Amino acid sequence: MAARTEGFQQKKRLSSFLVNLTLTIICIVWLVPVIGLLITSFRDSGDIFKTGWWTVFPHREYINTRQIILDPSVNVDGNFQIEGITTNFNDLRNGVTAPNGEKLTWYGNKRTRTIDVAELKWVGFSTNMTIKNYTSVLGGKTVTFKDATGRDVETRGPNLGGAFLNSLAVTIPATIIPILIAAFAAYGFAWLNFPGRKSFFIGVVAMLVVPLQIALVPILQDYTKLQLNGTYLAIWLAHTGFGLPLAIYLLFNYMTSLPREILESAFIDGASNFTIFTRLILPLSVPALASFAIFQFLWVWNDYLVALIFLNPQTQVVTMALASLVGERGQDWHLLTAGAFVSMILPLAVFFMLQRYFVRGMMAGSVKG
Amino acid sequence: MENYMEDKSTPKGGIFTWLITNLSRVLISLVVPIGLFVILWQGFIFLRESRAPQTILVVVAIVWGVGGVAALFWVTNLLVEQLPKEWTRRLQPFIFVGPGIAILAWYLFIPVLRTLILSFQNDISTQWVGFTNYVYAFTDRIMLEAFRNNLLWMIFGTVFSVGVGLLVAVLADRSRYESIFKAMIFLPMAISFVGAGVIWKFVYAYLGTGVSIQEIGVLNAIVVSLGGKAQPWLTVSPWNNFLLIVIMVWLQTGFAMVIISSAIKGIPAELLEAARVDGANEFRVFFSIIIPSIAGTLITVTTTIIIFSLKLFDVVRVMTGGNFGTNVIANEFYLERFTYSQAGRASAIAVVLLIATIPVMIYNLRQFQERKAF
Repeated sequence: MAARTEGFQQKKRLSSFLVNLTLTIICIVWLVPVIGLLITSFRDSGDIFKTGWWTVFPHREYINTRQIILDPSVNVDGNFQIEGITTNFNDLRNGVTAPNGEKLTWYGNKRTRTIDVAELKWVGFSTNMTIKNYTSVLGGKTVTFKDATGRDVETRGPNLGGAFLNSLAVTIPATIIPILIAAFAAYGFAWLNFPGRKSFFIGVVAMLVVPLQIALVPILQDYTKLQLNGTYLAIWLAHTGFGLPLAIYLLFNYMTSLPREILESAFIDGASNFTIFTRLILPLSVPALASFAIFQFLWVWNDYLVALIFLNPQTQVVTMALASLVGERGQDWHLLTAGAFVSMILPLAVFFMLQRYFVRGMMAGSVKG
Repeated sequence: MENYMEDKSTPKGGIFTWLITNLSRVLISLVVPIGLFVILWQGFIFLRESRAPQTILVVVAIVWGVGGVAALFWVTNLLVEQLPKEWTRRLQPFIFVGPGIAILAWYLFIPVLRTLILSFQNDISTQWVGFTNYVYAFTDRIMLEAFRNNLLWMIFGTVFSVGVGLLVAVLADRSRYESIFKAMIFLPMAISFVGAGVIWKFVYAYLGTGVSIQEIGVLNAIVVSLGGKAQPWLTVSPWNNFLLIVIMVWLQTGFAMVIISSAIKGIPAELLEAARVDGANEFRVFFSIIIPSIAGTLITVTTTIIIFSLKLFDVVRVMTGGNFGTNVIANEFYLERFTYSQAGRASAIAVVLLIATIPVMIYNLRQFQERKAF
């Protein structure tokens, strides 16, 4: 019996090891792209093109230490002796390892008669980290940087700092306004009686999954007539409209689950609907409000389609700024990586600080069109 | 309370009162949205003409927008409460639900009908053209390519998101470090598609071949270190579609995982215990107990991700712009409307998208009816 238990224990330990190993591998695959982005955003623009971002970690690498220029008397067409080894041009082109561990490589074409000598060394401890990428991507100032071919290029940096502020100006009202309107509506649907109550609510449920694309063309026509295109107001209202079905639906579900007695006693005490709503129901609904708020905040912050259609370059938000950076400066990885990180910093902060509400909000919002 | 819940909203004073009542209801419903609009419009003009620093404008915009809505609700309610009691009762519900319904009507309900009309008209909506736009939507070479690609997205994107999500959920359930693993897989859900596009574009980066060029993209570096040749991955059709699908899987797996995970937690422990005591191995337990118990959840997650992949736009737009054989329906919608100015065709494509979501809409409505919330 004892032996059996021991065997069982061992088997259990092995299987839990395998489980953790598999999960660790999956998580590494999941995180490597983000880590690469983060590291690259802090690297010098010249280094980014020379070596992969993973070289910032300490590792052994051949580093050129000196050059040998062959004596004119050496015939490079056949075998010759160098550093104690006998070799020829073709081998040297591919690199030859000397007995002392040094690696000899022919530099350039045959006429250079130059050989690079490289030693295997530990590198990566003192890498060239900088925050210059961030200052140039945020500030919209003139900056110089080294491009892929090593030339100094002077250019006006993209103004992601301004876009970040625009994103805040778009996102905060576009989160709060639909919550307010939806909370009133959800209270009405949940606790008040009026003709058409059920049919209106069925309309709300039906609108849950309607794809945004269906509304964009007509709304754009309206905005053109009202000369609203490119304004904050245009996009606040658009996000309000597109976010309302989900907001009403979620808050309605939550409010109907509140105990009826609370409301009844408040009503008997002579409180009006407005007072009950603001003093009683709203405070009680904070968990549902928070879940929706986080969902809507991230949705609007990360939205690209609606912003692309209703905003213009003056009022552009971070996703637009980043996307146009991809289009115009697709190879300037020092700007792209820093820019991408600027666009992610706020959602990631929300994710790490409010993880529980975050998950709840994302789950609740999954049906949104 | 009894009186309050009873339907007193149908007045008995004949057609005239009925008319006045409903007219006032409509008016009440429109007060907040229109008032909101006017207030914000004034603020907008103020903002446009002022030359204050951006930060101040942003703060003003936020206070203005949010404060305006709250004040409007408060004022309309105050006015309605001054009316005779019966009128207050008739009109008050519409202070609550009216603004929501009105905005919903303007932004979603009416646009559906308008887009339907536009889809039967020409590029600048001046002439009726019958089904021409739909014929285009279903026969054009580029549209067919988009349909094929969307099908790839729907099949492979969904299978891998749900599959990996299920795998992680089941494994994490047995790990001591469950919450850490789950948080890492869920993390990409916080990232925008545009940001994810940049992240993965860098993974797929290609510098070209030449002496002393070291690939800086992870994928090419791996390929080279395994003895392969670096590729400009995003231009290799049709494989580039799968590289884009990887991005969606990366973003959506966390969603599938969390939902499936909570369903797994709901399986009674005795059920699993009993099976194990009876000698069922883990694979048997997985296929005979876990899968059947969470079948409903799996269907919900799958449908949600299918709908999601149908409307997919940002990734393709940012990564390839729909070139190199990677176009999708939502991107073609954007191109038709905003690059080629073909409002009619764009509307027809939008209607196609809408039709594809109708089964889910019906499912939602049926679920709602079954719950008997009213």
